[in-house]
Amino acid sequence: MLEIKNLSARIGDKDILRGVTLSVPDGEIHAIMGPNGAGKSTLSYVLSGREGYEVTGGEVIYNGQDILALTPEARAAAGMFLAFQYPVELPGVGNANFLRTALNAVRRARGEAELDAVAFLKLARAALKNLSMQDDMLKRNVNVGFSGGEKKRNEVLQMALLQPGLAILDETDSGLDIDALKIVAEGVNALRSPAFSALVITHYQRLLDYIVPDKVHVLAAGRIVRSGGPELALELEAHGYAGLEVA
Amino acid sequence: MTALPTQRLESWRYTDLRALGAMSFAEAPAAFPPPELPDIAAPRLVFVNGLFDAASSAALPFARAFLPVAEADELPLARINAEQARDGMTLEIPAGVDAGVVLLVCHASGGALHLRHRVTLGAGAALTLLEVVKGEGVYWHNPVTDIALGQGARLAHYRLQDESREAFHLATIRADVAADAAYESFTAVLGAKLSRAEFHVELSGPKAHTHLNAAQLLGDSQHGDFTSVVRHRAPDCGSRQTVKSVLSDAARGVFQGRIEVERVAQKTDGYQMSQALLLSPAAEMDIKPELRIFADDVKCSHGATIGALDEEQVFYLRSRGIPEEMARAMLVRAFLTEALEPVTHEEAHALFEAAIAAWWSGK
Ligand SMILES: Nc1ncnc2c1ncn2[C@@H]1O[C@H](COP(=O)(O)OP(=O)(O)OP(=O)(O)O)[C@@H](O)[C@H]1O
Ligand SMILES: [Mg+2]
Repeated sequence: MLEIKNLSARIGDKDILRGVTLSVPDGEIHAIMGPNGAGKSTLSYVLSGREGYEVTGGEVIYNGQDILALTPEARAAAGMFLAFQYPVELPGVGNANFLRTALNAVRRARGEAELDAVAFLKLARAALKNLSMQDDMLKRNVNVGFSGGEKKRNEVLQMALLQPGLAILDETDSGLDIDALKIVAEGVNALRSPAFSALVITHYQRLLDYIVPDKVHVLAAGRIVRSGGPELALELEAHGYAGLEVA
Repeated sequence: MTALPTQRLESWRYTDLRALGAMSFAEAPAAFPPPELPDIAAPRLVFVNGLFDAASSAALPFARAFLPVAEADELPLARINAEQARDGMTLEIPAGVDAGVVLLVCHASGGALHLRHRVTLGAGAALTLLEVVKGEGVYWHNPVTDIALGQGARLAHYRLQDESREAFHLATIRADVAADAAYESFTAVLGAKLSRAEFHVELSGPKAHTHLNAAQLLGDSQHGDFTSVVRHRAPDCGSRQTVKSVLSDAARGVFQGRIEVERVAQKTDGYQMSQALLLSPAAEMDIKPELRIFADDVKCSHGATIGALDEEQVFYLRSRGIPEEMARAMLVRAFLTEALEPVTHEEAHALFEAAIAAWWSGK
């Protein structure tokens, strides 16, 4: 269960989040929509502990723990995962080495046994196959020279391997072709369980045809201005965000 | 004795030897506890405080006795070395012979040590020379290595400079590379209070090739200077230099690289890249690339960057559960990848990996 209570945050002297309140019960998937610049990515970064954001008020409780004081790696170990809107390229870092290091770091922190190279490769190959990704993706440098869609798939691959309890997907659908969109959606749906919840940030109703959310929230100017069921996304698709800010 | 070079000399502008000049070195102690040798299955030649240690060394069929030095060059350090040299490794690999791997180990604990090494490869010969220099205490190591590669010969020269943090290390390496021959070199600079590795590579026959790479990992107030002069003296030669410096604390790195292309050296392919990663605000890097091109049909490029670790990359790794220190170590290691390219020998590669990891954890 994720509970965001009256969360405010700024970058420098610019207030971006102005009292976000939201809770995602275990097993649920919530969508966040909202205009460009509303603060959606900022929210995802604040939730995952990126430096440079000053939390000026509110709290974030995940599984009963106040996570705002935790380092990003501790949040990951606690089960949080962010699929980046713009995945970062790591020249000189092999994808397989990256994935295995991440997986073992998380396993160590969770008190689980580390995987050796052989066991890891077996797991990674299976995950790649599920996402219709080529094996040679493991040999390449992380995200370097990946197409936009390949980068997004690589994010979902990381999610599949790390098995988070809470995934925040920041526009993971943008840049994907229709087939890739279905594959990515299946990747998320495969994780669905009473112990998994997700925040899916998107601009398009289309993704929500495949990942059917329990709730849809609209974030505008740093606040949740409206919440509803999946039908809210259809309404937004038809009418846009006009008039929502004041709701 | 020839005087030490001063900063008035253009090629010594960034490296100040006055601290070395102010020192006097007693005779090196002869007895010295047996040094720890790298665990690599290869015949080794060991020098302790400037003298050959036969008891710790293998009897190599290609090793020759040391002969006195005549020095024609103007280089002050090579002259000093010639005046003082009493010993050094001499390897002569006959034409067509692949001599495998040879480990050259130099240990020091005191004194001024002027080793003169000579490596000659006949036509088509091959050798991998792994050189490890280590020590403890205060000393001055001033080795000169002269290399001659016959037509089609190949020398892989890997150097691990891990001198005492109180020592001075000034190495001069000169290589003459004949047609179709290749001099592939990588130097890891980790030790010494002040160090310089100065390379002079002559690509003297068509299609000669060299790789002149280095990784300098420096901390505290260490000073590391990597200086190279590559002369393209024949057509169709290639040279690639990738020098990476990782500087923490108040460390200072220097890269001076000159590519000279003579009029006859058409179709030269020259590449030079110097990149520095500054891990602290007090660290400093001086870079001086120089191209002197007298041929008209050549491809020469050079580049230089100085920067810090990318915090977005650090965050990306941490967001995947990788602890901050490990994330930074991964990115530093990634930064060095291109420099390590010529190290194709597996055990040598592992030795450098271990040295890099140890540097990071002891930093
Ligand atoms: N580092 C920064 N410095 C200053 N302003 C920033 C910084 N990062 C984000 N902002 C601003 O914060 C606001 C919210 O940005 P954010 O990226 O969270 O929006 P978003 O809702 O994700 O938009 P989009 O739908 O376009 O991805 C924007 O006005 C943006 O310009
Ligand atoms: Mg965004």
